Amino acid sequence: MNQTHAATGSTSHAVTYPRFLWRAIKLSTEGPWFFYAWMTLLTALFLVGVHAWAVQVRDGMAVTNMTDHVSWGLYIANFTFMVGLAAGGVMMVIPAYLYHDDEMHEVVILGELLAIAAIVMCLGFVTVDLGRPDRFWHLIPGLGRFNWPISMLTWDVIVLNGYLLLNLHITGYLLYKRFRGEMPDKKWYLPFVYLSIAWAISIHTVTAFLYCGLGGRPFWNTALLAPRFLASAFVSGPAFIIVAMLVVRRVGGIPIGEAPIRTLTGIMRVTILISLLMVVSEVFTEFYTGGSHIASARYLYFGLHGHNALVPWVWSSVAMMTVAAILLLKPKVYDHKPLLVVACSLAFVGVWIEKGMGLIIPAFVPSTLHEVVEYLPSLSEWKITVGVWALGLMVFTLALRVAIPILTNQESLVLTRGRRA
Amino acid sequence: MLQLPILGQVDRRTALKAAGAMLGAAAFAKAVAPIVEWASQETSADEFLQKHFKQLSGDELAQVIRRLEAETQEEYGAEVTISDVRPQPGVKFGYALNLSICIGCRKCAEACHQENNHDRASGNSYIRVLEMDQGSLDLESGTADYDHPVPQPDKFYMPVQCQQCDRPPCVNVCPVEATWKEDDGLVVVDYNWCIGCRYCEAACPYHARRFNWTKPEVPTAEINPNQGYLSNRIRPQGVVEKCTFCLHRTRAGRLPACLEACPTGARVFGNLLDPNSEISYVLRTKRVFVLKEELGTRPQFFYFFDT
Repeated sequence: MNQTHAATGSTSHAVTYPRFLWRAIKLSTEGPWFFYAWMTLLTALFLVGVHAWAVQVRDGMAVTNMTDHVSWGLYIANFTFMVGLAAGGVMMVIPAYLYHDDEMHEVVILGELLAIAAIVMCLGFVTVDLGRPDRFWHLIPGLGRFNWPISMLTWDVIVLNGYLLLNLHITGYLLYKRFRGEMPDKKWYLPFVYLSIAWAISIHTVTAFLYCGLGGRPFWNTALLAPRFLASAFVSGPAFIIVAMLVVRRVGGIPIGEAPIRTLTGIMRVTILISLLMVVSEVFTEFYTGGSHIASARYLYFGLHGHNALVPWVWSSVAMMTVAAILLLKPKVYDHKPLLVVACSLAFVGVWIEKGMGLIIPAFVPSTLHEVVEYLPSLSEWKITVGVWALGLMVFTLALRVAIPILTNQESLVLTRGRRA
Repeated sequence: MLQLPILGQVDRRTALKAAGAMLGAAAFAKAVAPIVEWASQETSADEFLQKHFKQLSGDELAQVIRRLEAETQEEYGAEVTISDVRPQPGVKFGYALNLSICIGCRKCAEACHQENNHDRASGNSYIRVLEMDQGSLDLESGTADYDHPVPQPDKFYMPVQCQQCDRPPCVNVCPVEATWKEDDGLVVVDYNWCIGCRYCEAACPYHARRFNWTKPEVPTAEINPNQGYLSNRIRPQGVVEKCTFCLHRTRAGRLPACLEACPTGARVFGNLLDPNSEISYVLRTKRVFVLKEELGTRPQFFYFFDT
């Protein structure tokens, strides 16, 4: 340990790290009135979800509307979408670190913190989908029996938790260094940043492989699934971050430049068109070929034997994505913030439907024996889903609440000491 | 403007925060109360810590079985015997079904329901009987919820259950090895190891797996007391189950319940490795086919037409 401590003297990490954590806890319980209001709302929604989940564990998953025919529903739909959101943050990391976009570099932590929150939601959605959450330890390598490498679900456990750890390390290290008033040491974070770029691609690829490797589900059994996942992830991720940046700038009074917003808008412009192209390509292949393996697609887009629960959902998604794509084509859409927010929101909800209900449910309708049993989520499922979202938004809000003052030098070891003295 | 002293302000803020935190903690305790209730009634430390079936020693397994028998006594009021019959060397089970004479009466599905201690309310069974249009083997033309006298003149009937695949996708996808293929070809589940993720249900191309959406309810008098650890013992809530060709019977030399219930003799069961068995005779002399052969799952359940 021969570090120079220009600003702080030779304070050891054993002292400053607990102090850093303590300040983080203090910061996350302080704020203006609307911060308390927002956190109270999220806590209330989270508790509604926790209670609904507790009832589900006690009474069984019969409280959901899932059946042996449609055995995955709203939880796995949201899980899939969240993996995309987590991967989407990498669209800030790539310009910031690979192309040395300095203005993006200043706000890149937003994308990394979003990845953390999204992964927390992923883990939440998988947990609430388990019939026996008390046996989660069977999944821990070494303790349980980890069916690696043959089960894609074990790969997903590895890549999702790995991605969480990578982002926790990168953001935690940078914030801690900033807190100590020191320059971060490149060798302690740059390799992890580069690794996280490849890792972001892997989480979504592995999640797609989870589905597309199943021969018994023709709707998923397409090589286009992983690329489609990535394309739509690079729509929903930037869309969320653009809106988040605008909100943070407005309510937090944080100076965020226009350049990152422009860059992300430019990325979305392309990815949303690629995403739509892939949808068209998939739809053409299915319907031009015909035959019984397209029954799921027919169910999704037009209804099957009078069953059409998903038809309004999927066409809303197509309409939202198309309108968003057209709005984003406007050359200076980023100068017109309300329009940009509308485009981002439409794209975000559009992908949520397409990657969620639109992707998971049709694979089960009709069933593998071609029985048509429909599915719409129950009230319990909605409550639990809202609860997991509330948890994720809490994590994201608190992370920003801690990160922003430290990054804008309003919080540091020196100031903390001064205050304590 | 009235200005409160700084100290007073801090105190009020701290007090408010403390009150908020206490309120939150109380609400959280209230919210998770159902889990606490469930954990105290439906699980135990022994069950939580129970090892995977393949890691249990003989003594440990005997202890687990005693515990399960006691629980069945306590919760269902029935005295049952849970056995662990192992595969016999030189045996690989196969099943064949004669579509020419199946009349779609669903007696097999009913026998399965009773033999395997299925939940009564849901009417669960490992067998679904499809009523198919003459002239098509496309499952899309089939329906499982027909409700009229059988057989209908222009239809044929195809019962579908676990195909005990030689390359079972359900086994591959399980993240915790809670399901595996035994030496006699049967695909089984350790109900005390399954985490209930239902990935196997998504992977199975034959709709062979079932999930326990609730705790199964069976009246005491209707409980089949002859139970197997890996087959028909009453399953816990929240785990996946499946057809095991009634291994608690067939490994002891008896026939599956669905076969015994069939009034037309459409079902043929036996040892594929024994050239003199009836199943070997059928495979040798009839033109048999398997469902969804193109998926490469290699089912050990065969169909044939005999007329």
